[in-house]
Amino acid sequence: MRKKGDEHVDKERRTLCKLLLVGTCSLILPGAAGAVAEKKSSTSWYGTTYKPSEHLYGMGIKVDRCIGCGRCVDGCKKENNVPDEPFFFRTWVERYVIADDGQVTVDSPDGGREGFKGPTEEKRAFKSFFVPKICNHCEKPPCVQVCPVGATYRTKDGVILVDGDYCIGCRYCIQACPYGARFLHPVKKTAEKCTFCYHRIVKGLVPACVEVCPTQARVFGDLMTTASPISQFKRMHKIVVLKPHLNTEPKVFYADLDMEVR
Amino acid sequence: MLKHAGTNFITRIWYGIPEQVRHLMVPCVVILGALVIAHHLFVPRDFGLYGHYRASSVLENAERPIKYAGSQACADCHGDIVTTKMTGYHKGVACESCHGPAAAHTEDPENVKPSIPRTRSHCLLCHEYLPSRPTGFPQVVSESHNPVKPCITCHQPHDPKPPHALKGCEACHTNIQRTIVLSHHASLECTVCHDTPKEHNVSPREYAPKKPQSREFCGKCHAQGAESSKEIPRVNMASHGGKYLCWECHYPHMPEAH
Amino acid sequence: MDQVTANLYPLLKQVVGYIYPNEIELHWNLLIVIYPYITGLVAGAFILASLVKVFKVREVQPTYRLSLLTALSFLVVAPLPLIVHLGHPERGLEMFLTPSVTSAMAMFGFVYAWYLMFVLLLEIWFDYRQDLVTMAQGGKGLGRVLYQVLSLYSHDLSPRAIAFDKKAVNTITIIGIPSAFLLHGYVGFIFGSVKANPWWSSVLMPIVFLFSAIVSGIALMLLLYMIVTLMGKREIDMTCLDKLASFLFYMMIVDFALEGLDFVHRVYQSEESIQILSQLISQRLFVSLVVIQLLLGMLIPLCTIAGTKIFRVPDELRRLIYFISALLVQLGIFTTRWNVVIGGQLFSKSFRGLTAYKITIGGLEGLLVSLAILVLPFIVLAVLLKVLPPWEEAGHPVHPTNAD
Repeated sequence: MRKKGDEHVDKERRTLCKLLLVGTCSLILPGAAGAVAEKKSSTSWYGTTYKPSEHLYGMGIKVDRCIGCGRCVDGCKKENNVPDEPFFFRTWVERYVIADDGQVTVDSPDGGREGFKGPTEEKRAFKSFFVPKICNHCEKPPCVQVCPVGATYRTKDGVILVDGDYCIGCRYCIQACPYGARFLHPVKKTAEKCTFCYHRIVKGLVPACVEVCPTQARVFGDLMTTASPISQFKRMHKIVVLKPHLNTEPKVFYADLDMEVR
Repeated sequence: MLKHAGTNFITRIWYGIPEQVRHLMVPCVVILGALVIAHHLFVPRDFGLYGHYRASSVLENAERPIKYAGSQACADCHGDIVTTKMTGYHKGVACESCHGPAAAHTEDPENVKPSIPRTRSHCLLCHEYLPSRPTGFPQVVSESHNPVKPCITCHQPHDPKPPHALKGCEACHTNIQRTIVLSHHASLECTVCHDTPKEHNVSPREYAPKKPQSREFCGKCHAQGAESSKEIPRVNMASHGGKYLCWECHYPHMPEAH
Repeated sequence: MDQVTANLYPLLKQVVGYIYPNEIELHWNLLIVIYPYITGLVAGAFILASLVKVFKVREVQPTYRLSLLTALSFLVVAPLPLIVHLGHPERGLEMFLTPSVTSAMAMFGFVYAWYLMFVLLLEIWFDYRQDLVTMAQGGKGLGRVLYQVLSLYSHDLSPRAIAFDKKAVNTITIIGIPSAFLLHGYVGFIFGSVKANPWWSSVLMPIVFLFSAIVSGIALMLLLYMIVTLMGKREIDMTCLDKLASFLFYMMIVDFALEGLDFVHRVYQSEESIQILSQLISQRLFVSLVVIQLLLGMLIPLCTIAGTKIFRVPDELRRLIYFISALLVQLGIFTTRWNVVIGGQLFSKSFRGLTAYKITIGGLEGLLVSLAILVLPFIVLAVLLKVLPPWEEAGHPVHPTNAD
């Protein structure tokens, strides 16, 4: 049988429950509303009509067209304010000289920025060629995997970028990149690398290295569009990527690449 | 009364915990609280919006200043030069490839001028002879090709036709020429084996030279009964090399290499 | 041009073969060698302490509290080389605020925090609580306040509370053993999971790191026990010392076997990287690997300690042999870390060349700072020993914990 005191307890319990409900809602609802609002705004890309998820950028390199002039290296350094010293490169050119006995010599003086000098002794090479190198903007980037703070990431259009204001400079990403594409900026003390000239490509231009290449050895485009230079490049050439056994799924494709290239 | 009933229960549990653990909870709560506060204070608001990164970083990367304007931009004002270049050998060379970044010039054409490279060393960046350069790319051995003279004296950069017709094939196929000159085929003109249309000099890719297609071609000099010079080595065309084509074993530009 | 970049020019001449242009700068340098060395000592010292509590090895009882304090002193100094090395130490907190769950380094921050807070500090606190409360009650002035704060103002000394303390210590130690394994195994994983680097990328890396950590930890406790006991003018318990040396010996055999397995496996499989790695060992790492790590740091201590087991050696000589062996082991394990960290960056990922590493004397990442960081834990330990004495001393009624 309910006593008078029990009614009082019930009333207090109901008040308490109401208080808890209102309190919890007032804490959660604004947060939820904010999250919904932010989600809505994420469908427009910073207020533009550019839709990153409709693009996937890739590069093709025709090794047989590269003349080792180094305009790409120079152009990249100028476009992206890369430090001038010969220790920091977003892209570089390697020269491979294969002798008659199979011995391979590779060099990249200052990344190939001022071209290459001929051999001093006219020793006949069996085969010799140039190979441009660059960040491969992998689909499974080991550098993004190891970044402890989320300072490097893959954009929705397939470009791997670095957040220079968030990077703590631990250099794990530099260790994890199998291609040597990353470096530590000597002044900013953050990691840096090729960005596919992101600031150019979202405006419809091509990366600086592609722009200045005199022989069109570099091809750039949208892998999602069938009628793009890169899709055509993939169709018409036998292509390979660097270090496929590491399963990084690079988006820089090489045509006519020799087996000696690492 | 509720308070009294509730407190009894809570008090019982609270004092059931050993004293040292109760005292331990204080620093634990403090540290946890500090972490929660730090999270709210220091994590950027837009972190995690598109992925595990700061969303505004994408915009920061996208809004960097552009230095190279792109070849389209040059055509707006320099259409005549672009038209000249479009038909010549440098049609694939971007303006800024030689003139450097010119976006600043498009912003302020009167006061900011791109560089005009006039030195020999600039052209030699591409055209100096290097054995590593692919065959077919026009190269010069600068020490012997009009030394010291600036290239633009004879070659107009926007339409770099050679001042007179090319003598042989070595201007673009220097490496092959340097190889063959050391072999027994040195005395052969390139055209002996490679039937070359005269337009090849002007449009190399469009008018490609032909290559021999059969063993009999080499047999014209190397067969047992061929009417050729006595020093030329002969082989029995029927049996030598089986069904392989000659150049599948012998490099025609250095056939004697062992 | 900053100093670091200016220092790179002379390195260009020391490059053998071909390296990717960006690889000229060695990124994880001396500071990053010191870090796994220190955390290894932590894990090793803790494992030794757990031998007392969990495995009931009574002979090494005198080292119990000393091991815990040593582990703590080294653990608090451990983040220092990392923070100094960061390009932006002021952003270091980001690793705790927005950790990437795919990053071994980020997850390690939590393993470290877990180990420091919930294993080491808790265990030390529960083990010392009774003494802290007693010293708070008996002391005066600043000392009294210090011990009150350290004891978290606890004052329950009833048998029930003491029994709870003992139970807590046992439980924490049991949790602590896998935590210590995780602490240093994880450091090994940070290197071992980098598929881009064949010198590091190995399943055995965390295991080898862990066992070499245990070896270095036991050797350190051997040294510290002798030094601290002698400094406190107490007598060295030879049974304890012999047992420590035994454990050191057996752990060294396991470590040697594991490292040998790694070596044999690599040579037998003979993958693409074997050529450049052999070049690395013969041209850049010969002294540090073959002479110091193997000969001085492993084989000689193994032989000398084995000698003390086979032959009847007088106490004095045994102590000397143990001391020198433990020192050699420290040198050997430090050089092991050097060979892993620096060695992994001395060859190019193009597998075509070798570069060089030049230690600077001054500068934030130079030799002097590194030496200071190595000395710091001992200073911390000295302070801890004063505040939390491990053994009974006149004036400090310390209740030595019984191994029960």
